[in-house]
Amino acid sequence: MSEFNVRADSVNVEQIMDQIRARIREKRGVDYTEQQIREMATAKLEKFLDPRGVRSDLLERFRSAQPTYVPPELPNYAFEEDTLYESHRGPLRAIRRLLQPILKLFFNPGPLIQALNIQSRLNTLSAEREARREAARHGMDQLYYEVMHNLVVETTRMAIEVKNLKMKVESLTSRLEFNERRARALESVVVYKPSEGPGATGSPHTTSLVTSAAETSPNVGDQVSPVAGPTPTAEGPGQRSRRRRRRRGRRGGGSASAIMAETSAAAITPESSGVAEDVPGADDAGDEPEFVESGSEADQPEPNDRPADGDPEPQ
Amino acid sequence: MKLAIVVQRYGQSINGGAELHARYIAERLRRHADIEVLTTCAADYVTWRNELPAGLETVNGIQVRRFPVKHERDPLDFGRRSDQVFQRPHSIADELEWLDAEGPNSPGLVSHLGKHAAEYDQCIIFSYRYHHAYHAVRAVPSKAILVPTAERDPAIGLSMFGPIFRGVRALMYNSPEERAMIQAVAGNQSVPSVVVGVGSEIPSAVQPQRFRQKFDIRGPFAIYVGRIDENKGCKELFDYFLTYLTESQGRLSLVLIGNSILPVPQHPRIRHLGFLDDQDKFDAIAASDLLVMPSYFESLSMVALEAWALGRPVVVNGRCDVLRGQAVRSGAGLYYENQQEFVETLRALERTRWLNVSLGRSGRQFFRDHYDWPVIERKYLDVIAGLANSPATAAIEDVPGWLERRRPACRPAREVLAGVPAGAVLAAEPPLRRPDGEAKPALAPPSPTPPRPRTTPAPAPHVHHHRRGPHRGRPRNNQQRGGA
Repeated sequence: MSEFNVRADSVNVEQIMDQIRARIREKRGVDYTEQQIREMATAKLEKFLDPRGVRSDLLERFRSAQPTYVPPELPNYAFEEDTLYESHRGPLRAIRRLLQPILKLFFNPGPLIQALNIQSRLNTLSAEREARREAARHGMDQLYYEVMHNLVVETTRMAIEVKNLKMKVESLTSRLEFNERRARALESVVVYKPSEGPGATGSPHTTSLVTSAAETSPNVGDQVSPVAGPTPTAEGPGQRSRRRRRRRGRRGGGSASAIMAETSAAAITPESSGVAEDVPGADDAGDEPEFVESGSEADQPEPNDRPADGDPEPQ
Repeated sequence: MKLAIVVQRYGQSINGGAELHARYIAERLRRHADIEVLTTCAADYVTWRNELPAGLETVNGIQVRRFPVKHERDPLDFGRRSDQVFQRPHSIADELEWLDAEGPNSPGLVSHLGKHAAEYDQCIIFSYRYHHAYHAVRAVPSKAILVPTAERDPAIGLSMFGPIFRGVRALMYNSPEERAMIQAVAGNQSVPSVVVGVGSEIPSAVQPQRFRQKFDIRGPFAIYVGRIDENKGCKELFDYFLTYLTESQGRLSLVLIGNSILPVPQHPRIRHLGFLDDQDKFDAIAASDLLVMPSYFESLSMVALEAWALGRPVVVNGRCDVLRGQAVRSGAGLYYENQQEFVETLRALERTRWLNVSLGRSGRQFFRDHYDWPVIERKYLDVIAGLANSPATAAIEDVPGWLERRRPACRPAREVLAGVPAGAVLAAEPPLRRPDGEAKPALAPPSPTPPRPRTTPAPAPHVHHHRRGPHRGRPRNNQQRGGA
């Protein structure tokens, strides 16, 4: 956060927010708002999606294909017992009712009335059922529309997310490659650094390897020392404690150079390792892995990572 | 001098924003005037049920006169009427029925105020949107000082409130954003007004260590103080905070103080302590690294002011104009408008100590300049003195006649609100000279400026309002707001 460039005596919040937004942009690339995602979902799908799979004007077409539902006015009639004799003229209706028995002498209107009445009721039931079905279908269509709309929006969002993730993976890959190269370079420094010192015997290559192995793995060291014989004479004052400290640090860290040294140690002879114990310059060769470990310490909280002012609680 | 303070609820156990505001003002003005509080017997702002005894009572040395509420609120009826006036064209009669449904309808209070108006020099009336405030202003317009406590919600777009905002003697706004909004809606630039807000009773000594020991809280933490409610933005806060924990591996925990009506996520880094007394609350704020204020609707965040008074920075929801304006003007808070900004803002404050300290320092200064009690008291006293020296001239507009009231000529309130310019007022107001020196009149003189168009400076003479562009899409909650 050292890039916040604000004078301490007058804090400009907008300026800080601009800097925070710039950091977000740096970290995540372009951020899309909900509105932008929706716009892209309706108009610019082909940029993110396979155009063969999803049409960019899908939602518009769906919408235009769905006219507003208006329940139809279905024709029907009511047919009751006295419908045949109904009239808006009162006297006529009375005369018809008077002459009804005479009409029944010629034919029986009962079955006719009954059939038409049943038909009328059937018509009503059918219309109601149809209206219910239409309403349900309309509801389902709305649901389909919602589902499809959400699907398209979510697909767009996912496509953007995939793009971002790809970028992130690329970035991580490049970082990983860099770290591998760095590790290899450091290991090579450990392996090939020529040890200096008056008591050095044998080739510098072998000497450094043995030192790393002995310091990194106590077991190896323990096995090696008896074979090498008593050779503590080259050890100066304080050198033992320095070595102990280094061992302690490496046990937790397990640096790449240490692992390499272990594997290399399997190939060397006990004699050569015994020689290495005597070499004063071997300690210098072992300093390189410590740099690697101190690098890992950089991830630890900084000393000024403290809570707010006035907080007496040590974190 | 005798002042009446009219508020919907009053009492020590009542902790709604406007009610607490009214209590603080009453208790502070007691040193300068004889105060009588006129309020209802209700304790619950949802039902307005009569729970407290009617009649006279003394609360913290203040005489309180309670009146019964005529009927409780019917949520279904209120919801239906809200839908009618907020969403559809309607009439003034519909709005008055909505107001009656919202409550608290206390005819005794209004009648008492009308009958005894002569006994009071001024009446300070709180919360424009409630039934009691509307009718109290109409009962004593020549003595009414309105503290609107308005938020950007559809109620502000109702036509019946226009005459109220234009007809009072003076308005005490909580924020420049509130003033800009009301002036845009009601065109009441000619009414004297001042941005006051409210102070807070900050204890002289806080003990953050005591809080940490009492509640066994270790490590840095962000704090939220208030009702844990979806309407207050807490659901979004939980989502964002969980993202902060997973994405940025942040070290902050979240401590929640207040009653919860929303499930709190079960997470070792989220602690809900429930409702705490003031001492614990202030200790908690002092112990925190920052305060989070996720609300979308605020007319003034008292808890943000308290955090600033204690030198703590605040992270607010940038979609709330008032909070964002407060944060920017004070130079004491950051804001977020989406998840990434929330995460980065918290990270910035967590990892950059000097930023945290600088914001806290600015907050302390901002509180001292604008919200310290002597400053607030001086502003109120100046307004009251100014009104005493200039008798009322304009009368309040009458309620339309029977036929006119029923004409469906009012636009939907949401539509009206959508046309009101939005955005935070970013320019800081000049601080009032503190009362220990020579006091400067706080009352802004009437301004003849017409209603301010979108994105132009607000018309108040001593403040430059820089409005941000068109209102950005803010999440709208369909739940009807009717609470304090």
